[in-house]
Amino acid sequence: MFIIRPDLPEEETDRVISTVESSATTAGSTVKNVERMGKRRLAYKVRKFQDGVYVLLTLEGPGSALAELERRLRVTEPVIKYITVRVDEERKRLAKIKKIRDSKVRQPRPPAEAAPGTEPAPATA
Amino acid sequence: MADEEKKEAKGEATAAPASASTSETPSAPAPRTFGRGPGGFGGRRPGGPGGRPGGRGEGGPRKFFRRKKVCKFCVEKIDAINYKDVRLLQQFVAERGKIVPRRLTGVCTPHQRRLTAAIKQARNIALLPFAARY
Repeated sequence: MFIIRPDLPEEETDRVISTVESSATTAGSTVKNVERMGKRRLAYKVRKFQDGVYVLLTLEGPGSALAELERRLRVTEPVIKYITVRVDEERKRLAKIKKIRDSKVRQPRPPAEAAPGTEPAPATA
Repeated sequence: MADEEKKEAKGEATAAPASASTSETPSAPAPRTFGRGPGGFGGRRPGGPGGRPGGRGEGGPRKFFRRKKVCKFCVEKIDAINYKDVRLLQQFVAERGKIVPRRLTGVCTPHQRRLTAAIKQARNIALLPFAARY
């Protein structure tokens, strides 16, 4: 995610975003998603600006490509702040939890269907 | 039985004493044997002023479980705490911008760790302040 300074016109902001995207692809990573989160008020002053245009960029690629992209972001003048968060481990963990949860939900259902009148099975949503 | 009454009165700080006595009469035989062991948990001390103010000044063997505060993330089964959802994170941040300790919010340890990491990430990207309100 990075923040672009707010006092640029619309086309300039778009140009900056596409520049960042292209530098990401040339560095060797694939751009999965670009999300413009719009102008937001910053929690504190960054380079004398109180607002900023937030952009979220989801990438996939090797670490070297990411280092290159970060270096470019640091140099790009309109970008005032950026942060890179690694999500692959988190996604793996979430997928694992989801799998366990899905496999657990399927178990209690057949006995409840087999004996509907004998005992009320506890309903788990 | 007196222990049980005190323990219940402490548990719900604003519960009327009448309700406590009515709730314990049908289960009279059960608490008598039960109250021997866990009665000493913190239910026996007569000086306890109540649930909430007691918890604020707690130190030492006063009270362990403050009304069984549950972890919000465990209950709602929120797995991923993202740094992007500021509204969720703001519930766990004090007025001055400080992170609220887990004994006040009741969050469990793994979720508190993830929450802290998310708050710090959000602070770095200016979604949350480092220190607010002069």
